[in-house]
Amino acid sequence: MENEQEKVHFFDRPENIRRMLKGFYALCILLVLLDFVVHRHIGFGWEKIPAFYAIYGFIACVVLVVLAKIMRKYVMRKEDYYND
Amino acid sequence: MIELPPFLIFFAAALAVVFTRGLTRQVILLITPVLTGLYLWFGVESGAHAAVSIMSHELIVLRADKLSLLFGYLFCIASLIASIFAIHVKDTKQHVAGVIYAGSALGAVFSGDLITLFIFWELLAVSSVFLIWARGTERALKAGMRYLVFQVLSGVILLAGALIYFHDTGSLAFDHIGLDAGLAGWLILLAFGIKSAFPFLHSWLTDGYPEATVTGTVFLSAFTTKVAVYALARGFAGEEILVYIGVTMACFPIFYAVIENDLRKVLAYSLINQVGFMVTGIGIGTALALNGAVAHAFSDVIFKGLLFMSMGAVLYRVGNINGSDLGGLYKSMPKTTALCVIGALSISAFPLFSGFVSKSMVMTALMVENYGYLWLLMLFASAGVFHHAGIKIPYFAFFAHDSGIRTQEAPRNMLIAMSIAALLCIFIGVQPQYLYALLPWEVDYWPYDVTHVLAQLQLLLFSALAFVWLNQKGMYPPELRSVNLDMEWFYRKLIPIGAQRSLTMLSSAKDSALTVLGGKIQGIQIQFSKSSLAKYHLSESWPTGSMVFWIAAILAAFMLLEIFELGN
Repeated sequence: MENEQEKVHFFDRPENIRRMLKGFYALCILLVLLDFVVHRHIGFGWEKIPAFYAIYGFIACVVLVVLAKIMRKYVMRKEDYYND
Repeated sequence: MIELPPFLIFFAAALAVVFTRGLTRQVILLITPVLTGLYLWFGVESGAHAAVSIMSHELIVLRADKLSLLFGYLFCIASLIASIFAIHVKDTKQHVAGVIYAGSALGAVFSGDLITLFIFWELLAVSSVFLIWARGTERALKAGMRYLVFQVLSGVILLAGALIYFHDTGSLAFDHIGLDAGLAGWLILLAFGIKSAFPFLHSWLTDGYPEATVTGTVFLSAFTTKVAVYALARGFAGEEILVYIGVTMACFPIFYAVIENDLRKVLAYSLINQVGFMVTGIGIGTALALNGAVAHAFSDVIFKGLLFMSMGAVLYRVGNINGSDLGGLYKSMPKTTALCVIGALSISAFPLFSGFVSKSMVMTALMVENYGYLWLLMLFASAGVFHHAGIKIPYFAFFAHDSGIRTQEAPRNMLIAMSIAALLCIFIGVQPQYLYALLPWEVDYWPYDVTHVLAQLQLLLFSALAFVWLNQKGMYPPELRSVNLDMEWFYRKLIPIGAQRSLTMLSSAKDSALTVLGGKIQGIQIQFSKSSLAKYHLSESWPTGSMVFWIAAILAAFMLLEIFELGN
């Protein structure tokens, strides 16, 4: 495949990435809007919060990354730390 | 008809693999799991039983019920996929180890008593370590040794527990054991816990698996922990402590997975996270939860195998699996990329993929049993899985910035193996009724309803949104060449350093003691040489030599006396 001049791949074009991200944002908005149309069964009280899963998913991942970054300060060592 | 324990087919095949080469060997490697699978499907029914007597003890080598059969089918599928993936390998010992390892896993799940279980438990350990050692590097050799110590230790504890259990109850049957069995129960749980990578006992997995060969890791990811999950489901269903252990297992590894650079190690951490969901299900112990646990084991073996295969293919082609050095590989490995993404969607439990239909059972069971806060933690873990296994793995390997690496697509056998796994992921996700029909407990459950699908999609897409946002803000932690301290620090650093420090301390203590004592002795000698005793012969010099001489002379005299019986 890569014998001829390297062709321009899909993600090499910034406009493709922009288009994909736009589609993705639209999907996110749609999912939140659906929450107001569709009636979800409720198991726990906090599920009553509108778009509970969306909010929780977003916050969970931000918290995960922030905590992991802090963790790096304490547990990260050089690659040859164990000398092997 | 004769009830043939399925592991025998694998062990016979292992023998045949030793003596064959080339095409014959490849055929044996592929036909063994197929044949065994068909035999289990058509030839072994629930309730089948076979035992052999050794020294008046009965070893139950075949005890078939729906639970053991489910794992039997699973291990045949896993072994077939892994064999296809590894078919190009020329190394005899890897093939033999792989076949014996898969056979031992089958032996373990069909064991009806604790001694038979123990035998296969140790065989799993000893055969699998060769898949790590076969890498041939110094690192792999050492990591394999550490792995083996943990595995064998688990076996020894299992044996101790089994013997105490026998002493207490007079039975060695491997049925529900529970913690009411006292010390025996705790020991057996500990043995199972080591193999299923409980927190603090997990480092053999994250330390060993990434060091194994390209194909070895695919075998490793399928069997050891799943045998342990089976054993827990059989012996400790409904022990509440497992709920808390499982939730911990699901949560803590995702932090490591986010900052880990070796992508196969990221997968090792996410393996622990997935086993956490299974252990939680076993701990809840209701029919729905137990079904969820074993169903998730079934999907996990396949999607985790797929992910390990895709990363293996990258390692095979590029020779490197560090996130910091990869990127842009979708250009030269588009098929591997697509297959990896299917694995990523499955482990993240996207609707229509296998993880969704099995993990949701455990989540629903948590809700039904009203474990509110634990349910929230598991939801956090679910978002976290998507974050590290679903996005990070494919993103840093195949997309991200272009690393400039141009390579070839994965070899055909690897693509076939990955495609089979990917098809199974989708098939289970779209048609879960076939998997549900195999589940051991009676349950009426269907994963696809509007609530469930909407909730899951919101959770996942907004996790992805967080990733996009953090990435664009430059807040996402970059992949860095590094190691992260985990439990293995205790025995790879603390104990060796502690030992070294103690040695240094002891030797310096010895030195200073010698100086002090030496000075004293010299003083005494000087004193002595001045005294009137100094003129005698023996005290002339440092007397060791003459003393030894005179002792030898005395002994010789005694010997002569003894020989001539003059002493009596």
